[in-house]
Formats: sequence, structure tokens, C-alpha cells
Amino acid sequence: MAKKKKDAGKLSVFTKGLIQQNPIFVFLLGLCPALAVTSSLETGVGMGILVIFVLTASNIVVSLFKNFIPEEIKIPAYIVIIATFVTIVDLGTEAISPPLYDSLGIFIPLIVANCLIMGRATSFASQNNVGRSALDGLGMSLGFGLAMALIGATREFLATGELAYGVYLPLGFEGSIIGLEAAPFSMEVFVGPAGGFIVIGVWLAIFNAIGQHRQHRRKIARDRWIEKKKQQAAERKRRKAMEGGSA
Amino acid sequence: MSPTVFFVAIVSAMLINNVVLMRFLGVCPFLGVSKKSETAIGMSAAVMFVMVVGSILTYLLYYFVLEPFEITYISTIAFILIIASLVQLVEMFIKKASKKLYKALGIYLPLIVTNCAILGIAETNIREGYAAEYGVGQGLLVATSSAFGAALGFALVIFAFSTIRERLEAADVPTAWKGIPISLVVAGIMALAFLGLEGIV
Repeated sequence: MAKKKKDAGKLSVFTKGLIQQNPIFVFLLGLCPALAVTSSLETGVGMGILVIFVLTASNIVVSLFKNFIPEEIKIPAYIVIIATFVTIVDLGTEAISPPLYDSLGIFIPLIVANCLIMGRATSFASQNNVGRSALDGLGMSLGFGLAMALIGATREFLATGELAYGVYLPLGFEGSIIGLEAAPFSMEVFVGPAGGFIVIGVWLAIFNAIGQHRQHRRKIARDRWIEKKKQQAAERKRRKAMEGGSA
Repeated sequence: MSPTVFFVAIVSAMLINNVVLMRFLGVCPFLGVSKKSETAIGMSAAVMFVMVVGSILTYLLYYFVLEPFEITYISTIAFILIIASLVQLVEMFIKKASKKLYKALGIYLPLIVTNCAILGIAETNIREGYAAEYGVGQGLLVATSSAFGAALGFALVIFAFSTIRERLEAADVPTAWKGIPISLVVAGIMALAFLGLEGIV
């Protein structure tokens, strides 16, 4: 029983990053890459994959060394750890997928400065053991990747009317998931900078609206429950009074 | 080399390739400290100092240490370390000089380290190849002026945005759009406006 409870805790460490505490849509961390490299679904996913590697690895190493790093030089030490993994990713991407390397450009070295990774290192990995930190890193970065894919897909679809794949990632095949061939109706502004801001803003508003709707329904349900309890109590009181009167 | 080169570098970094709206660098502080124009000004001053000094130091380090020894692949680590120590310096200075500003900037001061604009400009200076175009010495001047222009652009946009946000606070916005979502859409419209400046240089 105790073991099961512990496992459930572990699972929530992993899943909380996906939706409930999504780094982009809830905490607004790592917005720079979320705006800059999401002009297509594939670049967004590519960035997501790189961040999954860097965040998981840096979380593991930070939590391994957490007892050896003095409090005063915490931030520079974490930054060096993160920068090491970013350099690995930088060189690796250049070797494996040159088109992705070109399209992500300066934003690969800039993973170092992604507030999400530093934030997880200071707020989670430096206080938890290796297993939990690895799960947290994996979950958070998967949530980041999912959000990137969502933003990328929206922008690419609005801009071109298509969702293509196989251009940047070495998948071995090419094609399109959706191909409307809607060139006359394409809105190129969504590939550009302005589109990025607006798409994220609109998604945030949609998620806010969903959250508020849920909260509203929960409040109504709770009010009803309280009302019901009150009625029951009143009923009991009346009955008691009647019984007292008859006796 | 004529002085117009510097002027062009500053104007293009400030208005045409604006760091926040066109290159998406430094969006976190852009959204984070732009609630009040006072903190926006303080933040942009700190960013300006770190950005200019940081790009001079990283440029020198790249061309006088990393390249001669052929270890340019560690440039990311070296650059971020330089920036981190510079930020530490600025933090200590502001803490001593103005307690009020220190309190106002709060968490965002150490976060200049993770302000991608600083590292981004340092990397861009190397990638643009100023050294190859103008020679290492004059390239440094061009790189410095473009860093200065970028910092000016950051200050301009974050200040303009903070004044808009102060008015948005009082505006009647649907609850789902309150706060960040409407601010992002405003930023998008500002980016559209900046798109119109593309042809001036």
C-alpha cells in the first residue's frame, strides 16, 4: 500500500508538467523559443526534442551534485552544467539534421538562457533526488514540447493551409498531414513575428476561458451541495421540533 | 570606414531587427517587468550595461582566446559565464546604489543571466561575421554599436509596452483575456507596426 502511494506521487511528478503546470501556457516560461521557432509544426517539435534532452539531463546532474555546490555559486554552477548539455545538443544537431540546425539557428545555443531549464534546476532538481528530478524534467519538457507543437501547428496551418513533415527532422519520408492547397487564402503574417505573439495570446485566452468555465461549474456544484445540506438540516430541525411538540 | 556604418548598425539593431519584436529575444523580462514604467526603465538600464559590456568582452574572448586555440565549440559555455559574472557585478552595484530599484527589479535581476537577449546579441555579433567584414579591430566597434542599438531597441519597446499596459489595467477586458493574453496580442500589433519600419535603412 505504501509503495503504491509512493508510485502515485512519482506519476504526478511526471504528469503535472504536461497540462496542469504546463511551462508555456501556465508559467509562461521559455516564451522566446516558443515565439521564435514555432513557425512550423516540425521546427517546434524539433526544439521540443532538444529541450527534452537538455532539461532531463541537466535535472539529473544538478540533483546529483546538489550537495556539493555551495549556495553562493549555485547559479553559475547550474549554468555551466546546462551549457555543457546545450553544447552537446548543438554539435549533435549539426551532425544529425543540418536543415533543423539551420532553421533553429541561434536558438540552439540560446537553450542555455531558457528560463524553464534554469527554473527547474533551482526550484526542483536542487531539492529532490535523482529519480524524481529526472521524471520532473521529462514531464516538464514534454509539456513544453506539446505546447510548441500546438503553437507550431496553428501557425503553420494558418499561414500555409498545410501541415507538412519530413522537411527538418530526419524521418526518412516526406508528406503532409493536412494539405488544403489554400495558397490564395494563406495568411503569411502568422509565420512572421506578429503572428507568433497573437497565436500564443489567443491560445492563452482559450485556456483561461476553459479554466474559468470549469471553476464556475465547480462553484455552482458546491453551492448546490451547500444548499442541499442546509435544506436537510432545516428539515431535521423541523421534524425534531414537531416531535418535541407532539411529546 | 565611414561613421555611417555605426549609425546604420545602431538604427538597424534598434528599429528594424528589434530584439524583442523581430528576433524574439528577451521576451520573458519584456512580459515580466513591463507592468510599471518605472521598473521597465530600471530593467532596460541594467540590460543596456550588461549587453554592451558583455558583447565587447565576448567578442574579445572569441577572437583572442577561443579562435587562436581552436576551441570555438565551447563558446556557449564561455559566453554565458562572462555574462553571469557581469550580472553578479551589476546586482551588487544596484544593491549598493539604490535599495528601491533593487527591490523593484526583484527576481528579474539575477534573471538577466537567463535573458536570452544578452547571449543572443553576443552570439549574433560572432555569427554576423563583423570581424571578417571590417577586420577584428573595427569589427569590435561595429559589434559594440549594434549591441548598443539592440539595447536601445529593448528599452524603447519595453517602455512603450509598459505605458500601454498601465492603461490596459484600467481597461474593460473580458476576464479570459485579462493580463498576459491581451498583452501578447498588443505585442503582436506592435510587431506589425515595427514591420513597417523594415525599409528605412
